[in-house]
Amino acid sequence: MEPAALARFVFGRIAKAALVVLAIVVLNFVLIRLAPGDPASVIAGQSGAADPQFMEQLRRQFGLDRPLPEQLWIYVSRIVMLDLGVSHRQQRAVVDLLAERLPATLLLTGAAFVFAISMGILLGTLAARRVGTLADTLITILALACYATPLFWVGLMLVLLFSVLLDWLPAFGMTSVGANLTGFAVIVDIGRHLVLPALTLGLFYLAIYARLTRASMLEVADQDFVKTARAKGVPEGRILRAHVLRNALLPVITFAGIQAGQLIGGSILVETVFAWPGIGRLAFDALLARDYNLLLGVFFCTSVMVVAFNIVTDLLYALIDPRIEVAS
Amino acid sequence: MAPNRRSPAGLRRRDFLAAAGATLAAPAVLGPGDALGQGTPRRGGTLNMILNPEPPVLVLGVNNQGPTLAAASKIYEGLLRYDFQLRPQPALAKSWTVSPDGTLYTFNLQENVKWHDGRPFTADDVVFSIGKFHMELSPRSRAIFQRITEIAAPNPTTVTIKIREAFEPFLLMFDVTATGIVPKHVYDGTDFRNNPANATPIGTGPFKFNEWRRGNYIHLTRFADYWKPGQPYLDDIYYRIIPDSASRGLALQSGQVQLTQSNDIEPFDVPRFQQMPNLAVETKGWEYYGPLSWIEVNHRVQPLGDVRFRRALSMAIDRNFILNRLWFGVGKVATGAFSSATRFHDPNARIAGYNPREAAALLDAMGLRPDAQGVRARLKFLHLPYGEVWTRLGEYLRQAFAQIGVQLTMESVDAGAWARRLAEWDYELSINFVYQWGDPTLGVERTYVSSNIQRVTFTNTGGYSNPQVDALFERGRTAVRAEDRQTAFSELQRLLVAEVPQIWLMELAFPTIYDRRYKDVIVGGTGVQASFGDVYIG
Repeated sequence: MEPAALARFVFGRIAKAALVVLAIVVLNFVLIRLAPGDPASVIAGQSGAADPQFMEQLRRQFGLDRPLPEQLWIYVSRIVMLDLGVSHRQQRAVVDLLAERLPATLLLTGAAFVFAISMGILLGTLAARRVGTLADTLITILALACYATPLFWVGLMLVLLFSVLLDWLPAFGMTSVGANLTGFAVIVDIGRHLVLPALTLGLFYLAIYARLTRASMLEVADQDFVKTARAKGVPEGRILRAHVLRNALLPVITFAGIQAGQLIGGSILVETVFAWPGIGRLAFDALLARDYNLLLGVFFCTSVMVVAFNIVTDLLYALIDPRIEVAS
Repeated sequence: MAPNRRSPAGLRRRDFLAAAGATLAAPAVLGPGDALGQGTPRRGGTLNMILNPEPPVLVLGVNNQGPTLAAASKIYEGLLRYDFQLRPQPALAKSWTVSPDGTLYTFNLQENVKWHDGRPFTADDVVFSIGKFHMELSPRSRAIFQRITEIAAPNPTTVTIKIREAFEPFLLMFDVTATGIVPKHVYDGTDFRNNPANATPIGTGPFKFNEWRRGNYIHLTRFADYWKPGQPYLDDIYYRIIPDSASRGLALQSGQVQLTQSNDIEPFDVPRFQQMPNLAVETKGWEYYGPLSWIEVNHRVQPLGDVRFRRALSMAIDRNFILNRLWFGVGKVATGAFSSATRFHDPNARIAGYNPREAAALLDAMGLRPDAQGVRARLKFLHLPYGEVWTRLGEYLRQAFAQIGVQLTMESVDAGAWARRLAEWDYELSINFVYQWGDPTLGVERTYVSSNIQRVTFTNTGGYSNPQVDALFERGRTAVRAEDRQTAFSELQRLLVAEVPQIWLMELAFPTIYDRRYKDVIVGGTGVQASFGDVYIG
């Protein structure tokens, strides 16, 4: 692929993506206002006492006393300048709040994603290669169980086993508080906290990738070019890697590309169960508190990430399968 | 009993002298049994406790939600605190007097008190906090402090407050959770809500703010210059933010946190922890709040406006079932509009007991006959979205009311929508629980008087209106002497029990579950929303 064509492709996609994101922003803004209640009523409801003056002060402070179209206009014109506004509830810039929470989520979803895709492809390949054997059956059952079990339940059971009964791993949080760790010890500490949530989040996707890889490999393995390769005397291991797996991976990558975006959504549940200080929980709390600016900020951030993942996936196709070319 | 049980001897004497010097205040603060203790407090140690949901900010007044109070009550202090019987105790005020006509309050402040930033605390801070800060920010304070005609600081350790007319419950307003004293030098002349200093709260309390990792934990450390000698005993308090209730239970069970409070643990999990020998389950410490739950009735919806119908609904409910099967015995069955922890509660005024047959007879007498499906009336019920147990309560009520032919259609919403629907009067039946703040005038009146029918949550959103009730609340509010207030409030409670303007269910008690090694955790009527200066590891 020529560099010029690649650059054209990327720029074209980014321009389109910007429009998509803008449409998402407007849609989100309208949707969120359809939910009954506003930040002022939530704060009043939780304070245990309120009077009309209190409500009016809050609404004026949040800019909610203006007409809705005006609020939308203010919001959109700010977001074009990448100004996400101030959280109603926490009284801090939304960008700061996101910056604080995003690394934790990326670490969690990244770890879960890598775990799911590597283990998924490995198990799927293993199952396809020994199709019909005990190993295949076990892997299929495992994948089915992981696929069918609710995430929060898996999480709680893992905590019960590894934290409460065995006391091997911490049950919640991202760091040990008050331990004053430095250097390498910090990484080990975060790693230990990461194991259970990443496992919980990854297991579901692992199941998908394992099943997908297995089915896809079995399909490719029957095709003529594989028989040809075998007839030519290509060693079995090379057939598996270069001929079968490489072709079988395309649907897996398509799926992974879509799901990389979804991982952030799925992490809300895992972040809640494991008290992981990530962006998913920030969104959930913001929704309950009707913290409009913060929630829209999270939506904005995640939609940008989903769009970005899609572009990356398209580029990956071309890398893995030279027959596919990128085109604007 | 025994509010200060575990304080060091010298301090106890000081408290005692201070209170004894006050007229009209704090009768018999400490009994003779109070000196009995199991050991002397020890310095050192860390307390990990749960905070849920995460508060937006830790400055009192700017935010007054439960979790905010639980953490900020360690950082800030009020002039007074309250024992289990709601008698005022010295805090930042070491003694106080009330003039015989009940209109002039004089507070003598502790000496050598410092703010966490090292500046001295003076009477000016108190005048600012009461007269300006809370007056502007807090609806609850505003309602009471607008009675103040003059507040002054004649010298750095004295504050005098003049109020328009005698107001007997006034002394209950000085707890840290009602009127925390904030530093004038930080806030005066600024926009209180948006002051950048709100990120790093400065108080006079035994613990100072150190660090807040959003979504993770809040860290408070020992304030070395705290005015009470020897206190605080703990070095650190960590508030861990754990949003899922099952995970909170596991964190407590595995010992990663040593204290849970309020709604942290769902009621159906409480029996599990009661059986663990290393944990104490304490239900005291909510006397100052007196949370009372009821079925919130919208009187504008027929037949809910009819007293016979409300009485029938009330008699269809087996409150002991609710207490024992849903709350597992934590709390008390409600007797009427006043919580039994609230002052002037009259145990003789009681709502009619569980009697579905008589309830059905009442409905018959009203002419509400069952139709072909056996239904006499259909009503919508809005779940209270504060946790699983409230949903179960709604399900129980649907069954209980079905027995007398009243069919409930359930509606589920989240907290924001619930608060809005109540404030808009857009409901038929729901569940509510409201703090009574120790005194009927402070916390009960707002639900029943016709002058407080407003489109705001926690007012008389039900729209109940009865001139007799209004008059009795006024008599109780304006009487100077406690005995006269009692007479008015006793008559009022008998009237309300007959009227059933709200269908009271339970006096809630929230279990504080903590590791038994921690001593003196709950020492007064505000429970965990107290300074924790007394807490030590034994």
